[in-house]
Amino acid sequence: MSVTISPKRLRREFVKKVKELSGQNLQLCYQCGMCTGNCPAAANMDISPREIIELARLGLEEEIAGSKTVWTCASCLACTVNCPRGFDLSKVMEAIRLLTLRKNIDHVRPEDIPPQQRCELPQIAMVSGLRKFTG
Amino acid sequence: MSAKEKNKNPAKTAVKEEKQIEAKLIPIYIMGKRYEVPEGLTIMKAMEYAGYILIRGCGCRGGTCGACGTVYRKPGDYKLQVALACQKTVEPDMYIAQIPFFPANRALYDFVGLTAAPEEVFKLYPELFRCVACNSCTKACPQGIEVMDAISALKQGNIAEAAQLSFDCIQCGLCTSRCFGELAQYHMFQLARRIYGARIVPRAEHLAEMVKAVNEGKYDRFLDELKQVKEDELKKLYQEREAEPMAAGEDWKPKDTRYL
Amino acid sequence: MSLAYYPGCTLKTRARNLEEPAVASMEALGFKLDEVPRWNCCGAVYSLADDDLIHRVAPVRNLIRVKKQGKTELVTLCAFCLNTLKRANLLMKEDVEKRDTLNDFMDEGIDYSGEVKVVHLLEVLRDDIGWEALLQKVKLPLRELKAAPYYGCTLLRPREVAIDDVEDPTILREFLKALGASPVDFPESTRCCGSYQVISSPDDIAEYARPILNSALSHGAEALVLTCPLCDYNLGRGQRELIKKQSGFREMPLFYFTQLLALALGLGPQVCHFELNHGSPESLLKEKNLLS
Repeated sequence: MSVTISPKRLRREFVKKVKELSGQNLQLCYQCGMCTGNCPAAANMDISPREIIELARLGLEEEIAGSKTVWTCASCLACTVNCPRGFDLSKVMEAIRLLTLRKNIDHVRPEDIPPQQRCELPQIAMVSGLRKFTG
Repeated sequence: MSAKEKNKNPAKTAVKEEKQIEAKLIPIYIMGKRYEVPEGLTIMKAMEYAGYILIRGCGCRGGTCGACGTVYRKPGDYKLQVALACQKTVEPDMYIAQIPFFPANRALYDFVGLTAAPEEVFKLYPELFRCVACNSCTKACPQGIEVMDAISALKQGNIAEAAQLSFDCIQCGLCTSRCFGELAQYHMFQLARRIYGARIVPRAEHLAEMVKAVNEGKYDRFLDELKQVKEDELKKLYQEREAEPMAAGEDWKPKDTRYL
Repeated sequence: MSLAYYPGCTLKTRARNLEEPAVASMEALGFKLDEVPRWNCCGAVYSLADDDLIHRVAPVRNLIRVKKQGKTELVTLCAFCLNTLKRANLLMKEDVEKRDTLNDFMDEGIDYSGEVKVVHLLEVLRDDIGWEALLQKVKLPLRELKAAPYYGCTLLRPREVAIDDVEDPTILREFLKALGASPVDFPESTRCCGSYQVISSPDDIAEYARPILNSALSHGAEALVLTCPLCDYNLGRGQRELIKKQSGFREMPLFYFTQLLALALGLGPQVCHFELNHGSPESLLKEKNLLS
C-alpha cells in the first residue's frame, strides 16, 4: 500500500494522545513484524498491526481511522508477549479505539446483536464486547 | 361580643384568642434562586410555599409513587444528596433540583411468553452488561436499595435475588440519571419482579384449595344462616367470635369446628 | 480447608458444567470453595488505557471484599476473571496514585493495596495439592484419553499474570497425566479463540477456530480440554460451522478441565453436566468406558 507522508497530514495531537493513553514509546518499534506474525486476527485485517504502529507514529490518523484493524483486534496479547522490544501493542490498539469511543461513537450497538445470540452467549462475551466496542 | 355573636362566628373568636407562632425561616435554593421558607416543611411544600405550582414531579405525597425524585447539594460540599421531595424536610442552604422525569429505555415485551430463565432479561436488556459496578446508582437511591448488588444479581442470572433486593423500588429514576453505563435499572428490576412473582414464587396451595371450596359452595349454608340473623345478634356473634391467638402453633384448632 | 472463591457471572448460568464439578472435586480433595460475599461482575476484560480508573473499580471492589473476610488468597475458575482480577491486583500494588484515587472513590471502609493473592484453581492443584497427591486420589483413571490441553490467552498473557510459562506451558499436561489421560500437545494451544469478536464479527469465529481445531486433530487429539467459557462457546460454535465449511472435518468433544477432574476422582457424571457440553462427549466417554 502507498501512503503519502507530509507535514500537512501529520496529526500531532493524535500521536500525543495515543502515547498518553497507551503509555508506550512508539519509537521503540523497529518494524520487525513479530506482532503481525503472531496475530490470530491478522488475516482479517486490512492494515497489519506492524503498519498501524508506523502510521501511528507518523500521525496518519485518517489512514488508521479508515481501517478496521483496531476493531478486529481481540486483545489476545500475542503481539505484546512476542515483541522483542517489550512494546505493548495491545495498549496502542486500545488507545486508538478509545479515541473514537470517547467521542461517543460506538462500534457496536447492543440492540444489533441478534436476540437469540444474547441468550446463548456467555456473559463474559457480552461484557467484554460492550467494554471494547462501546463508550 | 355577645354570646349569640360568638356562637355565629366561632372561627373569628378562635383566631383572636390564639397566639401567633412565627415559624423560623431558612434559606433554600430552588434551581439556583434563593427563597426563604419556614423550617419544618418538606421540600415539596417549601417549593409550593415559594410559589411553584407543581403539575409534574408531584404525585402521592406519601413516599411511594416515585414522582418527586430530588437531588441536592450543600454549599462547600462536593457530595451529591438525593431525597424524595414529599418526604424530606428542608435544611438551610440546600441547593435543590428536581428530576421528575429521566428518559429511560423500557423494553417492549409480551409477558405471557416469558419464562423464568435469566436469558429473558439478557435478551430484553443487553445494556445490562454495560454496568461497570461504579455504585453511583446505589448512592442515588432515595430508598436505600443496594442497586449495584441487584444489577449484579441480574448479571449472574439470579432473578429471585434481584427481585428481593429491589422490593422497595418506587421507580423514581434517579439511579438511571446517574448511571455510567446508561442502564435503566428500575425497568430491569420491574421485569425481574414480574418474572419472580409470576413464575418463580411457589403458589399458595392452601389458598387455591380455599377458593375452590368457596366456589363449590362449601360455605353457602353458613352464609345464608348468618344473613337471617338480626343485627343485634350479629353484633354479639362478631364480638364473641373466637380469634386465632397470635402465637398459635400449626395444630391449633378452634372450639367451633363447623366451618373447617 | 476453606478457600475464598470468585465464580464470575458466567459460571452461574451457561458454565454450570465448569463450576459444579469443581466444587465437588475440591470437596473430595478436602477444600471448600467459599464464595466471596456480595461479589460483583469483575468486568471480564482489563482496561488497557493508562488513564482509566472507572473500569478498575469492579475488580478491585471484589478484592476488597476478600480482604474484609480476612482471607489472603482468592481462587478463580474462569480464565477471563483470573486475568482481570490479577491485573487489577498488580495495579493496586504498584501504582500508588491510582491506588489512592480508587480507594478514595470506593469508600468501602478499608483501603486496599494488593494484599490478596489471586490464583487459578490449576495453581491450587499444582502448588497446594501437588500432582503426586492428586494421582493418589484418582479412582477412575481416564484410560489414556487423548486430551489436547487448550490454554487460550488469558491464563498466560501478559507475562505478569501468567500461571505458567508463556511459550511452553505444561500445567495442563501435568494435570492430565495425573488423571491418567494421555495429553496431546499441539502448536496452537495458546492461540486466541476470537474472544469478544463473537459479538461484532460472529462470522469470523469459524476462522479463529479452524487452525486450533485442525492442529489438535492432526496431532491425534480425541478431545479438547478447556478452562474458559468463552473459548468453549467460540470453539463449539466454530466446530459446528466448520463441519459445513471444511470437508472431512471431524467434531470433537470439548471438556472443561474440572469435568475430567471430577470424573477421575470417581464423583460420577451427574455433577459434570455433560449435557451442556459441545461435541457429544457422552459417546466418547462411553467408548472409553468412563461413564460408570
